[in-house]
Amino acid sequence: MTPDNGRVLEASNLRKVFGDLVAVEDVSFHIGEGETYGLLGPNGAGKTTTISMVIGLLERDGGEVVVAGNPVTTKSTTAKAAIGYVPQDIAIYPDLTARENLSFFGHLYGMGGSDLKRRIDELLEVIGLADRADDRSEEFSGGMKRRLNIGIGLLHGPRLLMLDEPTVGVDPQSRNAILESVERLSGEGMAVLYTTHYMEEAERLCDRVGIIDEGQIKAEGTRAELVSLVGQRDKVSLVTADHAQEVAEALASHPDVVEVSGNESGIDLLVSGAAAALPALLQLAAGAGASVTSVEVVEPNLEAVFLHLTGKALRD
Amino acid sequence: MRAAALIMLKDLRQRVRDRSIFLWGIIAPLGLAAIFSLVLGGITDTQNLDISYGVVDEDGGAQAALFIEEVLEPLNDEGLFTIEPMGSEAEADQRTGDGEVEATFLLPAGFSDAVGAGQPASILVIGNVDSPTFSQVARSIAGQYAGQVNTINASLFTYLALSGEAPDPATLEPLVGEVLAVTPPLTLVDSEAASKQLSAATFYSAAMAILFLFLTVQFGVLGLLEERQNETMRRLLAAPISRRSIIFGKALTSFVIGLASMAILVIGTTLLLGAEWGDPLGVAILVLAGVIAAMGIMFVVTAFAKTPEQAGNLQSIIAFVLAMLGGAFFPVAAEGILGRLSLLTPHAWFLRGLGDLATGSGVEGAFPAALYVALFGIVTGGIAQFRIGRVVRP
Repeated sequence: MTPDNGRVLEASNLRKVFGDLVAVEDVSFHIGEGETYGLLGPNGAGKTTTISMVIGLLERDGGEVVVAGNPVTTKSTTAKAAIGYVPQDIAIYPDLTARENLSFFGHLYGMGGSDLKRRIDELLEVIGLADRADDRSEEFSGGMKRRLNIGIGLLHGPRLLMLDEPTVGVDPQSRNAILESVERLSGEGMAVLYTTHYMEEAERLCDRVGIIDEGQIKAEGTRAELVSLVGQRDKVSLVTADHAQEVAEALASHPDVVEVSGNESGIDLLVSGAAAALPALLQLAAGAGASVTSVEVVEPNLEAVFLHLTGKALRD
Repeated sequence: MRAAALIMLKDLRQRVRDRSIFLWGIIAPLGLAAIFSLVLGGITDTQNLDISYGVVDEDGGAQAALFIEEVLEPLNDEGLFTIEPMGSEAEADQRTGDGEVEATFLLPAGFSDAVGAGQPASILVIGNVDSPTFSQVARSIAGQYAGQVNTINASLFTYLALSGEAPDPATLEPLVGEVLAVTPPLTLVDSEAASKQLSAATFYSAAMAILFLFLTVQFGVLGLLEERQNETMRRLLAAPISRRSIIFGKALTSFVIGLASMAILVIGTTLLLGAEWGDPLGVAILVLAGVIAAMGIMFVVTAFAKTPEQAGNLQSIIAFVLAMLGGAFFPVAAEGILGRLSLLTPHAWFLRGLGDLATGSGVEGAFPAALYVALFGIVTGGIAQFRIGRVVRP
């Protein structure tokens, strides 16, 4: 994770218009070596349009993209050679075997001979398809197809890997395997652009996240930076057997407690720095005569940030 | 070029693997050519037929002799059919009914007198019920002759009426006979067009080959729409290759499949059906032009269709309509709107080119037809280039 090392991707002021619809407007971000950058936003936010412009699939109506020092256009080949692309939908040839799929795309990226053969063998091991290498991919399970889909993007050892919602419709086991692969690749120094509408994935994988909605990046930064936008207020839920009213009044007197509300089984608090304030809060509850049977502390997350920035939930 | 070749090789691998290429490119055209040759070959390929007609002369007069000598015997001499003289109507009934002959001409007693006197006269045709086509041919021959005699009679009567002479049967009969003898009432001229006719096996081999060529080329160009549908187009566009090489790769696939299919069909129909395609170089030029024409149409269809299914259906409709208009199934009259429409199709020119080759005109005989067929493909393909870009996108 070295965001300030040489930038592998530099996208600035991207704009794309479809008829009367402004799909992407003034989107800028950059990714360094070994960095994983997430574009987090709901469906239709402009993630795929952005990634399509970055990789040169779509003509831009404005802005610039530079990958590994080379400008990206729909016609550029040098920049494209540095990019590995994993489309959202499975993009493989079902009537070709896993090896044939990899071989075809490897040749398209200028690979060949024994180097390509060795690389394919390595990659088949990595994506767990070595024992099915010569089976037609139409016979594969959904998870296996997903792995092959990702493998094709990795084959030529790109400097920048773009994954467009790679876990949509994937079972939990395969999803976890995909996330682990991305973590490993990032650890090996690859720059990764990862689009998702799953907050958990963005939080787990991404060094920095751009929150995108209605074609615009609403905010960008590390998780901590983004969370700070909504204030470092943790949600503390206390389950109490009795004296709820007295406990609520006692807790409200604590200077770090911002808000107190009741729920069916106890009390919810919004607290600035729950970790530090928690012992005092429990002491206050005990002093009010309540026996606290359960405590849950939830730190603010990107879901809350998205809600704060857009006024709507991430999955709306 | 390298990328285009890679795409072509990948496509060929896929097409060979799903095997539909063998059905559309070889089995169906070869099978249909064989079936059409067997079913319809007997009608169109007269030299292979053994057709016999009977004739009964109950009249014995000059007019009856004239019909036999000037009409039937020349056709007999042409080798179109055999004439078998019979002694009586009863024998004619018997032998025609037994199928020994297709039909029998019966010249009744008094036929010559009636013709000479300008009286009603008729030639009877006894047809075999199992041979309706050739019975109809016999009726046509008799009808042609009757029409000719009536015309001559009418002319003579008009002449006599204008000159104020009363028609005298004794004068008229020899006159009618003389005119008929001078002007053969029914002749069969071996015209230039007729000499360009292909044998049934050759015609249907060529017709089915060109029809199915327009279907087999879709296995390449149509792949552009399939790549979009399967999302693999996004990967191709993301790869460090030009968009033009994607289109070129698909065109190469169509070209190779079309050419291979035609080559196999030419060789296959020659060996299996006895088709005679003519000068190999001329055939190669025509085939090349045919592939270009088929690709041109396929590019237009692909450029305007939204899905591979839609494009496939559209291409099939166009292929069959062009084939029918172009006379690949049945001959199309050379005159009239249909004739002019037919000449707009590459199919008609392809078959015409083969006809020219069949007459032994040499390789240069195929040039005019090949030029039109290739131009058809170049023009349609050129039109498609304005829209094909909309297919090569995510």
